[in-house]
Amino acid sequence: MKDQQVKLEMASRRRFLKGISAALGGLVVGAWLPPMAPKSAAAEAVAQGKASLGDSLADGFGAFVRVGHDGRVALISPKAEMGQGIQTGIAMMVAEELEVGLDQIDIQEAPPNAELYTDALLQFQATGGSTSTRYTWEPLRRAGATARMLLVRAAASVWETDSNLCHARDGKVFGPTGQKISYGDLVDLAATYALPDDVILKRPEDFHLIGTPATRLDTPTKVNGQAKFTIDLDMPGMLITSARACPVYGGKVRQVDDKAARRVPGVRDIVILEDVVAVTATNTWACFQGLKALNIEWDYGANSKIDSAVVDQKLQDAIQRDGVVATEKGAIDASLQAASSKFEAVYEQPFLSRSPLEPMSCVVHVRDDGCDLWVGTQVPGFAQQTAAAVTGLKPEQVKVHNQWIGGAFGRRLDFDFITQAVRIASKVSYPVKLTWSREEDMTHDLYRPQYADRMTAAVNGEGFPVGWQHRIAGGSIFARYVGSLPASGVDPDAVEVAVDPIYKLDSLKVHFIREEPEVVPVSWWRGVGVLRSTFAIECFVDELAHNAGKDPLSYRKTLLAHKPRVLTALDLLASKVAWDSPVPRGRGRGLAVGEVFGSIVVTMVELSAIGEKGVRIERLVTVVDCGLVTNPTSVKAQMEGGTLFGLSAALFNEIDIKGGQVQQENFHAYRQLRISEAPPVEVHIVPSAEAPGGVGEAGTALIGPALLNAVNATFGDRVRRLPLVRSGYFIA
Amino acid sequence: MRKIIFGLLAYLLVCVDVMAVSSDKALVAEGEYLATAADCVACHTAPGEKPFAGGLAFELPFGTLYTPNITPDAETGIGDWTDDEFVRALQEGISREGEHYYPAFPYTSYTKMPREDILAIKAYLFSLEPVHQPARENDIGFPFNQRWGMYLWNFVFLDDKRFQPDLDQSEAWNRGAYLVNGPGHCGECHTPRNIFQATQSSELFAGADIGGWRAYNITSSDSHGIGQWSEDQLVSYFSEGYAEGHGVAGGPMAEVVEYSLRHLSESDLRAIATYLKATDPKAVGVPRPAVKPKLAGAPLNEDLGSKIFADACVSCHQWDGRGNQSPTATLSGLKTVSDPRASNLLGILLEGNPASSLPVNHRMPDFGAIYNDQELAALATFVLSHFGRLDTAIEPEQVGERRSLSLH
Amino acid sequence: MLTLNVNGTTHQVDVPGDMPLLWVIRDILKLTGTKFGCGIAQCGACTVHMDGKPVRSCVLPVQSVAGQEITTIEGISEKPLARKVQRAWLDHEVAQCGYCQSGQIMSALALLNDQTSINDHAIDLAMAGNLCRCATYTRIREAIKDVSESVGVWQP
Repeated sequence: MKDQQVKLEMASRRRFLKGISAALGGLVVGAWLPPMAPKSAAAEAVAQGKASLGDSLADGFGAFVRVGHDGRVALISPKAEMGQGIQTGIAMMVAEELEVGLDQIDIQEAPPNAELYTDALLQFQATGGSTSTRYTWEPLRRAGATARMLLVRAAASVWETDSNLCHARDGKVFGPTGQKISYGDLVDLAATYALPDDVILKRPEDFHLIGTPATRLDTPTKVNGQAKFTIDLDMPGMLITSARACPVYGGKVRQVDDKAARRVPGVRDIVILEDVVAVTATNTWACFQGLKALNIEWDYGANSKIDSAVVDQKLQDAIQRDGVVATEKGAIDASLQAASSKFEAVYEQPFLSRSPLEPMSCVVHVRDDGCDLWVGTQVPGFAQQTAAAVTGLKPEQVKVHNQWIGGAFGRRLDFDFITQAVRIASKVSYPVKLTWSREEDMTHDLYRPQYADRMTAAVNGEGFPVGWQHRIAGGSIFARYVGSLPASGVDPDAVEVAVDPIYKLDSLKVHFIREEPEVVPVSWWRGVGVLRSTFAIECFVDELAHNAGKDPLSYRKTLLAHKPRVLTALDLLASKVAWDSPVPRGRGRGLAVGEVFGSIVVTMVELSAIGEKGVRIERLVTVVDCGLVTNPTSVKAQMEGGTLFGLSAALFNEIDIKGGQVQQENFHAYRQLRISEAPPVEVHIVPSAEAPGGVGEAGTALIGPALLNAVNATFGDRVRRLPLVRSGYFIA
Repeated sequence: MRKIIFGLLAYLLVCVDVMAVSSDKALVAEGEYLATAADCVACHTAPGEKPFAGGLAFELPFGTLYTPNITPDAETGIGDWTDDEFVRALQEGISREGEHYYPAFPYTSYTKMPREDILAIKAYLFSLEPVHQPARENDIGFPFNQRWGMYLWNFVFLDDKRFQPDLDQSEAWNRGAYLVNGPGHCGECHTPRNIFQATQSSELFAGADIGGWRAYNITSSDSHGIGQWSEDQLVSYFSEGYAEGHGVAGGPMAEVVEYSLRHLSESDLRAIATYLKATDPKAVGVPRPAVKPKLAGAPLNEDLGSKIFADACVSCHQWDGRGNQSPTATLSGLKTVSDPRASNLLGILLEGNPASSLPVNHRMPDFGAIYNDQELAALATFVLSHFGRLDTAIEPEQVGERRSLSLH
Repeated sequence: MLTLNVNGTTHQVDVPGDMPLLWVIRDILKLTGTKFGCGIAQCGACTVHMDGKPVRSCVLPVQSVAGQEITTIEGISEKPLARKVQRAWLDHEVAQCGYCQSGQIMSALALLNDQTSINDHAIDLAMAGNLCRCATYTRIREAIKDVSESVGVWQP
């Protein structure tokens, strides 16, 4: 059918790259280049004016948008759908500029292709870091606009009129005398034109779709059971597999007695790898039963000596040292010496699991001449590379069919489970669907590192900080993910926000003290480094305000006079919650503010005390300025869900290690917020025409400090370690 | 002629050897069965470690005991024990070195076993793979670390006698009596102990506390014991860990079912039931709920206990306590929800019921990690009130105390 | 062979009696709308109806449900009340990743089928067993409230 489709290739990367970098300014997270995904060669060529992106497409297909003879628009989404609604958002961008209805768009998942789909912010092909809207905003609209221009030109040519006299609407081009032709009838002609280099995007005031609440395109099948996630797939001849990896990270299989497992009805094969034993069977239950029946002797290795207390102690020691200096502005030592007072506090955050509700799952078929992967992944390129590495196939022989994701939160930025699935599939002749039990999933996650932050402020006579020293100790996600730290020796993720706090300070010194826990691998967790540093800073500033005897909101405003957008957000919050009126007895309010993922967020929590340690969340309000909004429904949903996701962890979650093994195996031990304890989240969006910001993690980053600040306001107890329940509090 | 004689001798020798091997096999099998009935593995295995290699900790009122390695490893196990030494250990509670064991090791029951049964167990243990695992030192404070004190204790409390059948009773009764009082050592948990930690024969099977759990009254009492259980219900409880109307075995009893009872023959389980149903009734302990409580729906008041029940419990147990999810989740009518001390209720909440070899609907997760004392107290109070119709407030301190009572 | 009645259709399945209903539904009958989340009845993703009551199919041995009427998410769309619930879910944009939503809808539908008076507390009690890692709780509540109002059982 290829030849019947016209492919209208869109993005003029030169402009969008310029646009993105202008829009994002300093918010781009350092220049880091994962070894597996070199910076997009096509983008470079485009930037140098040497080529258009379409030139590198052997089959001539458009990178993002194709229009068919039936007038339907295929949108190749460079971003995976994991519940954030991004594919609807992207469709809105394209539909807006291409002048089609959302119902004319069919979404396809982009295949791995670093040249085409590298995210300019992340610099590899991935969905994460709340960059999706920010990255796609320019190129996807440009893709739609380019296609529209070509189609209008084609129509004008048919009518022998000036294309300026024609306009497009609802999938048709209209001429000056009322003529109209549908897009489908124009594609053959339009495809013969060279790409225009004078694409003009709509002005925001002309948007009729962007900025309006749009119904998500992926939800209808999610309410009737028809939506398929990886775990739901079925292939001809496929068997189920499930695996058990050594309970201690780094440990190995010593020997396996599989006699009992082989007797379990339905069990086909036992696959023994260096560190993993897998069972294949005709159904999942048989796999689980087979795994349970295995008698595996492990060589636990060196990590089996490590308990949580060891990790705690190492961080406590580390935080007393100086580390690699991530930034130094002004003279903090002089500031501290001259200060009328000093204040120091240590904040601690635990290991966390991502635990999306769909356990790790991956369908693989390895053959001599190729490999197919059906998997919901945030990193299709890495999925392809790992399968190639395991099988010895060339990357182009590995096809990745990306799937809807049943929750990610960072989990599917890792591809350990894909590697494992391919390793298992390489040992058998049939396709397999790897499905982990919840226990395997929770104990073999990669964990948000445990961190300790020591902050020391030089405080002036009015009680405001002149500067501070911020020591950050913990493992490096960046180094684990990319392979090594940048030459600076600083993990850019761990110090993000900390090196550029929103508050006006004369001096600032930030140390990164790398202290690898070794015992578990560390990884991204919704909110990433932004959440990490925001937690410490927002608790600290709140303490400083408290010490100065000042209202925490007006105190922050004094330090934020140079940030008009932040002030606007703070003022909006103050008016929405009537900040100036006192709270009833037994109640307290806490807030936190941040410039995060290109957005500005202010979050307020109001608590009441039930007895000595009982906590009731009375109100949760968040104000977000995320620039120009594509789909307000999705922004609101992300702020609600992201905030509660963060609240759940801040209240309850901590991964403990004993004998090198993760102690939390399932949700009975890793408590999640339930509807009965989830307060409504009031979301207020600041109207804005600024460049779009990210919202997927913005709410998550602010709720932790807001909660602890509210605990202090309510109970007079300054808790400095998450989760809250660790200090004896409970949801009453 | 000589040749023939030699040939005959050789033949005989071979025969003897073959016979020895087969009788060894039979002996080992018999020993395995008895060792299962005696549930040796439950105590002589540390979590995640090799069976019978010991190391399980017992937190007792006077200190911590660690069970020894009973695999045939010569250095760290019992590999070079003689028959006499092994028999003396089980019948008299005296170690190879002549030291007295603490009666956490149930030799006061095992003493009822005849020498040949004990040697069968030894033959089985010696057929296992030796595991090199040195014993952990016990952590017992003065004066209980003075093992000579056990001389006196044994003099008073050890009835060093083998089981004698009662010829007036049926064969089943006698078999049951032997299994219950000998290898099964049921009374070690179900009979109250005196201040010297010895079981009180006058209160045989009247129920006792062990590691914070209530081992219920298992006398034939209709009101407090198992008098109203049918033989089939008892057998179902032993073999599946569940009997309709009586609930699922939990705590240490779940382990007894998992490692021991469910592996016994049905005739032996029936024999145990026969014997228990003929014991002296004792009307003490937690009474059986007289009338099944009225089935209740969801509560109307918004208290913490019912909130937690809705969060974590109702999925299986349901508001009406009938567990229409699965009959094994039935709460109404159980002693567990009718005990004002909530011993086993708190026990199951804190420790759960892992019972990994039993069906999925017998398991219960442990909630001790995610709920604190106040939350569990509120939950237990709600459960007692909603399902047991008890107007008893469980205090957070009780939960804290129960946490500290963990047996292992 | 066990005889199962799922969504009004009788199935003969040759599976061990202790296999949880969830895996029979998903792997044998290939009805994958019912999800696996935890395997210990703590997340609610596997919720189906047994004779109209919500049950967690992950801890329900299939032998114990023989002869009872099982309804999964795939079997509700013919019922007007269920369609109202699904409609409300879309109107309120409840779903994010959507993985838990089959279970959420089955629990919500059971509540609406069962109760003649629904308020926030009733929603808490009926829905607290269903986890949503995307935390769509606010919208779930609003959607249920919406349907309750439309069928006249909302009594705050």
